[in-house]
Amino acid sequence: MPVIVNVDKCKGCEECLSSCPFDAIVMKDGKALVNEYCQVCMSCISVCPEGAILEVEKEIPRGIDIEGYKGVWIFAEQRGGKVSSVAYELLGIGRKLADDLKTDLSAVLLGTAETEAKELIRWGADKVYLSKDQIFESFNDEPYSQLLTSLITEHRPEIVLAGATPMGRSFIPRVAARLRTGLTADCTSLAIEKGTGNLLQVRPAFGGNIMATILCPNNRPQMATVRPRVMKRRKYDEGRAGDIIGVEAGGITSRTKVLETVKEVSDITVNLQEADIIVSGGRGLGEPKGFKLMQELAELFGGAVGSSRAAVDAGWIAYRHQVGQTGKTVCPKIYFACGISGAVQHLVGMQSSDIIIAINKNPEAPIFNVATYGVVGDLYEIVPLLIKKIKEAKGIS
Amino acid sequence: MNIVVCIKQVPDTAEVRINPETGTLIREGVPSIINPFDMHAIEAGLQIKEKAGGKVIVLTMGPPQAETSLREALSMGADEAVLLSDRAFAGSDTWATSFTLSKAIKKIGADIIICGKQAIDGDTAQVGPETAEFLNIPNISYVRKIEDISGSSIKVQRMMDEGYDVVESSLPVLFTVVKELNEPRLPSLKGKMSAKKAEIKKWGSSDIMADENDLGLKGSPTQVKNIFTPDARSGKKILEGKPEEQVEALIQELRGIKCL
Repeated sequence: MPVIVNVDKCKGCEECLSSCPFDAIVMKDGKALVNEYCQVCMSCISVCPEGAILEVEKEIPRGIDIEGYKGVWIFAEQRGGKVSSVAYELLGIGRKLADDLKTDLSAVLLGTAETEAKELIRWGADKVYLSKDQIFESFNDEPYSQLLTSLITEHRPEIVLAGATPMGRSFIPRVAARLRTGLTADCTSLAIEKGTGNLLQVRPAFGGNIMATILCPNNRPQMATVRPRVMKRRKYDEGRAGDIIGVEAGGITSRTKVLETVKEVSDITVNLQEADIIVSGGRGLGEPKGFKLMQELAELFGGAVGSSRAAVDAGWIAYRHQVGQTGKTVCPKIYFACGISGAVQHLVGMQSSDIIIAINKNPEAPIFNVATYGVVGDLYEIVPLLIKKIKEAKGIS
Repeated sequence: MNIVVCIKQVPDTAEVRINPETGTLIREGVPSIINPFDMHAIEAGLQIKEKAGGKVIVLTMGPPQAETSLREALSMGADEAVLLSDRAFAGSDTWATSFTLSKAIKKIGADIIICGKQAIDGDTAQVGPETAEFLNIPNISYVRKIEDISGSSIKVQRMMDEGYDVVESSLPVLFTVVKELNEPRLPSLKGKMSAKKAEIKKWGSSDIMADENDLGLKGSPTQVKNIFTPDARSGKKILEGKPEEQVEALIQELRGIKCL
């Protein structure tokens, strides 16, 4: 199970030190030692020229009856009674996983009406567990986690997916903790492993520098969150039939209470994650005014304005425009990166865009490695020219 | 009031680079820091203490060298520090980490527990809420403002996608914080001096009375199957010439893909 170093074989060459993404190998008395940071990724094993690093035999864990768990579930979150788009995306991937496993796809929907449940069926669900109870209208972690936990305990799905949103990221961990099972955050790809039927969960780690495939082989359900706009919806089927199963809240209570819900509208109102065209600005804008130019370009396409973390940290634009690891993941048709150097934390949030257009002074900027089209130059020269040309092309004076 | 702040020592991932030839991470010279979100958690704890009284206890789980991070928190003004370090904790996923932290928090006794919203190396944001579940107390994630606090309740603003919710909770409570909450203070000279000499409690698995089967790799439901470098995008095209020519070329490309 754990990775260890055979000290008799280790020659102290230090080759393994830099192979470890977690900085978990240290030198002690001239020999390598795997410490508490080890995540058992096994990157070091093949690096050792002496074959001194090995994984110790796995113990049989205290398993549960895995065969007793069937079906794929998604949690469909709602705000203000309306199902969030991430739920339809989860149904897209959920449907695929359920078909591969030859099982059913169910959704759990709390605190809204039956019309929304019907939509979930049209987007691919076979069953919807719906509670219309008032306690679920606003989001509170405890009642949400209590009901989802008890539904999972009763019906035993093998996979449970939820959105990696402020809501999902907040209460789904409580459910996993209570069920004593694994939860993998921000998965970018999900598939069924041939033979074992286990869920292969791929997620970025280390600010997107590396990707890790995570398994939850001995516990059920296998739980994962997925960021909005990462998975694709399947086709909407108006005539699709399914079951809606009413669920009672029972004696569920909450020690937190939502007193007020405040919407903050930005002066640039288009939703970043819904936009087909995004124009993002970074540190290279040099000043907050630069975003006016970004907005002007975005408006020509009916697009949205994004930003790098540097521009948000500088106070030039609100956090909700931030694209990247600690901001939003987007995949528009065209992504303009203006004055963005392209730190890996930014790239993980936008590199699945269909077309990336990078405008940057520095020809060495890493953004050019992912760009479909790169323009090396001063954005204050290029962008106004571009706006002018696009206006001409569109016949706007 | 006992305020426990959970922190994590992380490599500064902003400094991590990929070796383009081998596809491995270049860790050389990458410093270890307190997870940036946890700095705001420490500041929040200190501000609550200044307003409502009590003491701030910083808690971390990690290898012995994580002591440096605890001393940094002490130099900012935390009163006590606890280091959870034991070979038995090695390889913990979020489940086992949260379980271990919750055992330590039970031993310390806490009215308020504060965590950063996520750590920059793992980015899961799961340890806070999971810890709250093990402690059977409410949690509020992504706190961006503390509106009010009394001996028995707290009122905060919780960041959501399109704005925020005002949420009230009874104590004890665990909440996770975002950067907008505050500006972490710098350590004072006096703080630095006393932090150097401060005693740090070091606890292992027996000190928190945890079953070995719930700790470290054994207690972790998830396993890393493999690690790989993300695929690079292909088909890039650098547009040449004077600005006018570059823009013209770009316009032609946009026309070619029917975006104009």
